[in-house]
Amino acid sequence: MNKLRLSSLYQLTVIRFFLIVREPEAIFWIFVFPILLAVGLGIAFRNRPADVLPVGATTTQLTQALAADKGLSATTLDEAAGTHALATGNILLLAIQNPHGVTYQFDDTNPDARIARMLVDRDIQAAAGQREAIPARNQFVHETGSRYIDFVVPGLLGMNLMGSAMWGLGFAIVEARQKKLLKRLVASPMPRWQYLLSFILSRLAMLVIEVVAFLGFARLVFAVPFRGPLVQLAFLCVLTSLCFSALGLLVASRARTMEAASGLMNLVMLPMWILSGVFFSASRFPAAIQPLVRALPLTAAIDAMRGNMLQGMSLGQLATPVAILAAWLVLAFAVSLRIFRWR
Amino acid sequence: MTETQTAHLPASPPAPGNHSRVPSLLLRALRKTFADVVAVDGLDLEVNCGECFGLLGPNGAGKTTTIEICEGLTDPDAGQVQLLGLDWRAAASQLRQRIGVQLQETQFPDKLTVEETLRLFRSFFHHGIPVEESIRTAQLEEKRNSRVGTLSGGQKQRLAMACALVGDPELLFLDEPTTGLDPQARRHLWDLVDALKQAGRTIILTTHYMEEAERLCDRVAIMDHGRIIALGTPQQLIASVGAEHIVEFAVSGHESAAPAAAHGIVDADLLLRIPGVQSHRVDAGLHQLSVSELHTAVPRIFAALTGQGLHLSEFRTHSATLEDVFVGLTGRNLRDE
Repeated sequence: MNKLRLSSLYQLTVIRFFLIVREPEAIFWIFVFPILLAVGLGIAFRNRPADVLPVGATTTQLTQALAADKGLSATTLDEAAGTHALATGNILLLAIQNPHGVTYQFDDTNPDARIARMLVDRDIQAAAGQREAIPARNQFVHETGSRYIDFVVPGLLGMNLMGSAMWGLGFAIVEARQKKLLKRLVASPMPRWQYLLSFILSRLAMLVIEVVAFLGFARLVFAVPFRGPLVQLAFLCVLTSLCFSALGLLVASRARTMEAASGLMNLVMLPMWILSGVFFSASRFPAAIQPLVRALPLTAAIDAMRGNMLQGMSLGQLATPVAILAAWLVLAFAVSLRIFRWR
Repeated sequence: MTETQTAHLPASPPAPGNHSRVPSLLLRALRKTFADVVAVDGLDLEVNCGECFGLLGPNGAGKTTTIEICEGLTDPDAGQVQLLGLDWRAAASQLRQRIGVQLQETQFPDKLTVEETLRLFRSFFHHGIPVEESIRTAQLEEKRNSRVGTLSGGQKQRLAMACALVGDPELLFLDEPTTGLDPQARRHLWDLVDALKQAGRTIILTTHYMEEAERLCDRVAIMDHGRIIALGTPQQLIASVGAEHIVEFAVSGHESAAPAAAHGIVDADLLLRIPGVQSHRVDAGLHQLSVSELHTAVPRIFAALTGQGLHLSEFRTHSATLEDVFVGLTGRNLRDE
């Protein structure tokens, strides 16, 4: 223990850790914020039972034919009142009894109204004695893993790993440079590689806490599925964090002031917040920019995590995003070591 | 010229036991230019083991550039640098272990405690003093568990000093250690440097405070525009002014006097003819004489001024200081810069 305490790598790493945990704002952004975000999104996008569609009919016979359908709420209205209710959006469809049969009044550009048309017609035809040609039966599937919260948790995880790695590394280094601490350290016999390695080590230690807290919360509260091997998920988290640490290092390698560093960070991260499919699928962007979207490290990270968690894919199946992350890691690290300014 | 001067220097590290013979610091024909500013302009310097050496000069004289070249933080454009007989290019990691450095404006992380900061710096050195001892030396015992952010300016400066000492350095560099401190904190730090000096450490410090250099340094080099313009013990340098005393006075004219005197114009030749008066200069209406025999010269100065029909509006004397040396050498005041 004593020997360990005398080692400079241990001291550098421990001090990094102290500096992170003694910064209350950092604790909020790293641990509390993603959980709050998940709670908010989980509530906003929770799955609700299928909507009941309001419809109107001009005779009580028609209304009775519709009353048994749980997907509809039918009221009896005369034609004038019904047309008015339709025009004001109080009902989606008006069924009008006439001597030759039934007329349905509805807006065919409204999907709900089209569904109402199908349900109402089926009920009325059945009441008139129509039988199904083929016996059919419904089986409902409400599976976890296809909900929005399941989709968004890997996205938030990726976004959080990006933010904490880039801010954690980039800001601390630029601050040390701005306060001339970096220069002072370089004037001491400190091995420079240990300084950089201490950031990586403390980042990995924080990563364990951060990922376990966030995913544990998602599991306990939202029962988000983990279909892929957990070890491989852990590997993906480490790879993602290292990749963004390298990018953070790159951003910090020359910036002299915190303002310059903040600007650069946002420049790097903003496109990924928008394009990388944190909150919605990245495949919604036009085909023309898909190669760019796919090449972004956050897209690769989130794709890989969704593949692992939601689809239970193994690393072998995730080779492409893993290769993209590894390429960014090596490239950013190599460039930043080359251009790093120690003073 | 540089070649012949440096030819006798040992090319390899000297044998142990030979250390005191090798100058702790040796600079030859050092030059450094930033963009179009010549920061160091052909500097030669030798500092001996056990010496407390001061680089003195106004801001922008090149002191910090010089000391940062010595610390291996800046590469010189030309010239030779040897510390403890070693070269930065050949023995950087060994040199870093053997020197202690305190830089201008280092801000240690606010959220670390004094002890944590020192423990960190101690871990970089193979050999050194215990952290507790460095805390004691810097008189930070009561602050050992305080966060750096809560320390006063003087305490922060003593922490910086302690960080420079944990490696038990053979050579200690202090770059403006008391700049920005209040007088009490400054005296406190002087006592600390004094104690280090007594312990036989070689110290090289920069300052633009004259009284600091006089108080602490065995030898002083006065720098201006990247060059050393004077070098010696503070006493030698002060003696080089040519007199131990400085007389300062200002005059106003008598209305009844001759036209020249009415405008307060002093005939300097008359003053210079007084025995003991070595030199005369005027700066913003204030006349300065360097005087060796104060007790006999002053009555004659009074007489000469009265004889010219001049009326004294100010008169004072002080012992010559390094400040006067600088003024004598450059014609400028140190703190005007």
